[in-house]
Amino acid sequence: MNCRSEVLEVSVEGRQVEEAMLAVLHTILLHRSTGKFHYKKEGTYSIGTVGTQDVDCDFIDFTFVRVSADELDRVIRKAVAEFKDALGNSGSDGMGQISLEFYQKKKSRWPFSDECIPWEVWSIKVNVVNLANEQERQICREKVGEKLGEKVINIVEVINRHDYLPKMPTQSEVDNVFDTSLKDVQPYLYKITYQITDSLGTSVSTTMRRLIKDTLAL
Amino acid sequence: MDSDLSSQDRKDLDKFIKFFALKTVQIIVQARLGEKISTCSSSSPTGSDWFNLAIKDIPEVTHEAKKALAGQLPGIGRSMCVEISLKTSEGDSMELETWCLEMNEKCDKDIKVSYTVYNRLSLLLKSLLAITRVTPAYKLSRKQGHDYVILYRIYFGDVQLTGLGEGFQSVRVGVVGTPIGTITLSCAYRTNLALMSSRQFERTGPIMGIIIDHFVERPFTNMAHMHPCSYRTPGEDEGGTYAGIEDSQEVCTTSFSTSPPSQCVCTVSQAHFKTPKPALMATLKVPLMGLGVSQQLYSSRLSYQTPALGTVDLCHPTAFTAGAHPHQMVVPGKEGGVPQVPAQPNHGTAAEHGRIPSFPNGQSPLPAQPTSCSSEVKTVFCDALETTFTRKVGAFVNKATTQVTTTSLDLPFAAFAPRANDLEVNDPMVHPPPSPAPSSPLQGSLHSNSSSHSGGQPQDDFVMVDFKPAFSKDDLLPMDLGTFYREFQNPPQLASLSIDVSAQSMAEDLDSLPEKLAIYEKNIDEFDAFVDTLQ
Repeated sequence: MNCRSEVLEVSVEGRQVEEAMLAVLHTILLHRSTGKFHYKKEGTYSIGTVGTQDVDCDFIDFTFVRVSADELDRVIRKAVAEFKDALGNSGSDGMGQISLEFYQKKKSRWPFSDECIPWEVWSIKVNVVNLANEQERQICREKVGEKLGEKVINIVEVINRHDYLPKMPTQSEVDNVFDTSLKDVQPYLYKITYQITDSLGTSVSTTMRRLIKDTLAL
Repeated sequence: MDSDLSSQDRKDLDKFIKFFALKTVQIIVQARLGEKISTCSSSSPTGSDWFNLAIKDIPEVTHEAKKALAGQLPGIGRSMCVEISLKTSEGDSMELETWCLEMNEKCDKDIKVSYTVYNRLSLLLKSLLAITRVTPAYKLSRKQGHDYVILYRIYFGDVQLTGLGEGFQSVRVGVVGTPIGTITLSCAYRTNLALMSSRQFERTGPIMGIIIDHFVERPFTNMAHMHPCSYRTPGEDEGGTYAGIEDSQEVCTTSFSTSPPSQCVCTVSQAHFKTPKPALMATLKVPLMGLGVSQQLYSSRLSYQTPALGTVDLCHPTAFTAGAHPHQMVVPGKEGGVPQVPAQPNHGTAAEHGRIPSFPNGQSPLPAQPTSCSSEVKTVFCDALETTFTRKVGAFVNKATTQVTTTSLDLPFAAFAPRANDLEVNDPMVHPPPSPAPSSPLQGSLHSNSSSHSGGQPQDDFVMVDFKPAFSKDDLLPMDLGTFYREFQNPPQLASLSIDVSAQSMAEDLDSLPEKLAIYEKNIDEFDAFVDTLQ
């Protein structure tokens, strides 16, 4: 099974980075989260309800929809804030990439550790621009809003191709497919990583961090 | 083909499609109410949330949707459409977008109804949530209230996209294959919304009167197609429970099985479910503007009722008048400075979206309308705006700042002195007419090679009736400057600059150089003597 990879590119002003990343990541996670599973006897399960809420951006003329799950929002915001700081501190010309990877865990026999097999990776390339005056910033607000709208349409298009999705797991396997640590929703197992392009423009970065989010609840 | 589908599966599929259609309408209409939507996640399934999504049901919207469907389901050749349009407080309306739920014949026989189809429909609803915030009508709907409102209409049958103007765009939200056909959800939206904002500030033509060409498409003929939006027969109690509530609010208690994929246990049960109507209405009672908006959505149709519903008539104008009243008066205020001060600040960029560009018709007796509400609003506008209107006209017309008695003064540019009632646009001092001919003989002679002096043609192109040259007066000389200029405008060319010299090609010039040099060298003594005389 091949991993599906999608790349999105955005050019934003410094203060728009956070909101633009939140908009894209939350839109993807909206589609890749379900309600909490409640397993019943005989292998049946029922699914909880996912609520949604609109989020207005302050620096971009845009509103996006995210799942109503504050814990998830906190995790995503933390990751985006780290990415934004790294972009700011890197001294590069403001180019970086944040990736959201959905994976499945495959249990391996001892002594080998579990394998993480990605099945979908979303990469968002960010280019930070500097603007000279307020008028340019106002235009940028609107333009970036439109661009994000296009990205949302792209995301929806990809998701609605209904390509590979992990099979619904049994109770014992649920943690290999879903992140069950949150109380409101259950997204597929995911991890967020980022890399900053150094000033020479080479793709492999000097700083690489990982934010691993998987659960070994059982 | 249907025989492959078990009856249970068929029943389930029909149910899914029905509720999918209803939820689609709810999402679209709620996204155009003008406020942020927020629902809570719940980890324990209550059983009333179709597709595992918390989407509130506005009873009126459900009622309208069910009425439009009239017991049928969206199917092949039978599309369900939700049309979103904008209506200004003057009654002009414009279609903004049309959401279509269609089905085509492409079947996916192998798909599991109660499992895969259900989950994919859920995914499609999530996509719809995201896309409804992206189309241009979303921003407009967030700013609705005082200048315009957003209305919806649900219809069933053939998709009508002609009202969207030229160049409308389409976005596909998604598709879900089912054993009986493929469900497609898409949106066609108008792109020339900019027409509204640019027209607002076009003050060229007559300012008086309605600018009928405000919108590209038929501004008033659209009204016919808005009426059925939610026309209700008089006598129906709008405050009570809707007929729709009485049929079973069907509950989905779907449970899925994780045992071998071929076994799918799905129980979809029916239960009469009393929708907590007051609570739902309460969620829509957000700030005044929102209230006005939600009322407008509902009462867009209620306004066409007979006056029996007195309460509605009273309610409707309050949405405009209470608190928001000064707003309508301020429409042109941003430019002209109207005495009234806006009670509430507009949204940042409301200016280009929400502004009413045109002034209403100057005639005060408005045509009798079935809507007592809207005519009241119109009157408000009419009176308020007329005062500002006259100011506006005055601003352009009375620009006689430099009233100088030019004829008595002996001024050089007397002919160009600003005249009374002359618009700045036509003032030649500000916008001098382009003049290719040089204005003075001196300047003319410098352009020795210019064509204007080689033939004497320009004089033939126009006749100078009364030429008053600058800085010149009729004085003692028998010939004035004007005459002199005319006579000597086209002097003959100097011999040294005659054509035959310039006609020589460069190559010939270069060839003749050595000969010339030889001659000069021969006569070098003469040249030296000449130079000595100069020193």
